[in-house]
Amino acid sequence: MIDANRLLKRNLTALLAVALVLCWAQSARAHVETGKAAGFANGFKHPWSGWDHILAMIAVGIWGAQLGAPAVWLLPVVFPMVMAFGGFLGLIRIHLPGVEYGIALSAVLLGAMVLGEVRSRRKGFIFFAAALVGAFGLFHGHAHGSEMEEGQSAMLYSIGFVIATGTLHACGIAIGLVHRWPVGRVALRAAGALILVGGLYFVWDAYKGGDEAPQPQTAVSLMQNL
Amino acid sequence: MNRRLVKCLHNVSIAIAVILFFPHAADAHLVTTGLGPVYDGIGHLVLSVDDLIPVMALALLAGQRGPKSGRWTLFILPIAWLIGGLFGMQAKHETEFPFQCISFIIIGILVATNLPLPAPIIAIVAIVLGIAHGYANGTAIQDAGKAAGLLEFIGIMVSLFVIVTLLAALVISLRWDWTKIVVRVAGSWVFAIGLLLLGWALKSSQVIQK
Repeated sequence: MIDANRLLKRNLTALLAVALVLCWAQSARAHVETGKAAGFANGFKHPWSGWDHILAMIAVGIWGAQLGAPAVWLLPVVFPMVMAFGGFLGLIRIHLPGVEYGIALSAVLLGAMVLGEVRSRRKGFIFFAAALVGAFGLFHGHAHGSEMEEGQSAMLYSIGFVIATGTLHACGIAIGLVHRWPVGRVALRAAGALILVGGLYFVWDAYKGGDEAPQPQTAVSLMQNL
Repeated sequence: MNRRLVKCLHNVSIAIAVILFFPHAADAHLVTTGLGPVYDGIGHLVLSVDDLIPVMALALLAGQRGPKSGRWTLFILPIAWLIGGLFGMQAKHETEFPFQCISFIIIGILVATNLPLPAPIIAIVAIVLGIAHGYANGTAIQDAGKAAGLLEFIGIMVSLFVIVTLLAALVISLRWDWTKIVVRVAGSWVFAIGLLLLGWALKSSQVIQK
């Protein structure tokens, strides 16, 4: 049986010494590197910050999985590239009209594609799918780019942001893997219906709230600023 | 005798605890390993994502284009980095524009598109990347006033050699189609990061102007 009082008495000197030393803290001169971890975390959480973004990106993955190769890898390659271009436009404050509508419509149309399991054997269909996904990626990227906060580590914010987007696509593709089973196909189409309904809600929300865009700036005035 | 030994050990353990817990000032921004300039160089490349990611992307690109490109890049990149660094150490000021984003964009899109480029083109890309990033490292070392710059570059070269060897060899050894697609997806991510970085740089320059 352990006697707690006796144990405390025995080690009191040691405990006091450790407590004294721990209170003796010196300043940490780490100010130059502040915001690094926060930059990555903020970038990573940004694509997860709104259901309109989440639904559309997961729908891209699910539709890719329904279509199979080469769409399953082409769409997740196209989306981040075009989305980054949209983010670039948003960051340098080049106005894109109807961004909120574009984002909401992306959920509607991509949900409809998943619901209808839209596919075609025509050669041009894959380019149509890539163009559709890319066009919506532009709107999503623009919204993210305009909302990025100042004072972040640009590098780590961007890395977190892109990794999170890729993770959302991967989630969609992983969900889409159930497509191989008949029950899974039905479940995916039901998920498409849910995404479509969500998209319709976001269209209504955008209509109610108005399309709040950043101050427009032309490319010419941008170059003059530089 | 036994009790005296226990008491002695008890006191010694308190003394060790005091020494171990005694805090020192954390000079975190210096990013030195404490093991000398060579290890500082190794640590720099591994910990600096603005240098590390383009190097990894270049290794992926070299691997995509086969063993010949991989072998060339393996030797050309560290040498180009050293040459750029030596020039950078003679320069007076650190470059302000984050040109790293250009490396991200160009190499990222080359990896994502998997273009069948010949080995000499990959070598040129490696030379340009090495000189540009080495120059930036050189100016930073010069500004920090570090005397052992050359030794630091030896550390960086060792890191470059190891990273390019491992990644290029890994990509060359890939056999399944989906693994090659993963490499291309990684390229698209590097491109996307570069484009966002360019946007950040332009946005910051606008803020400065205002």
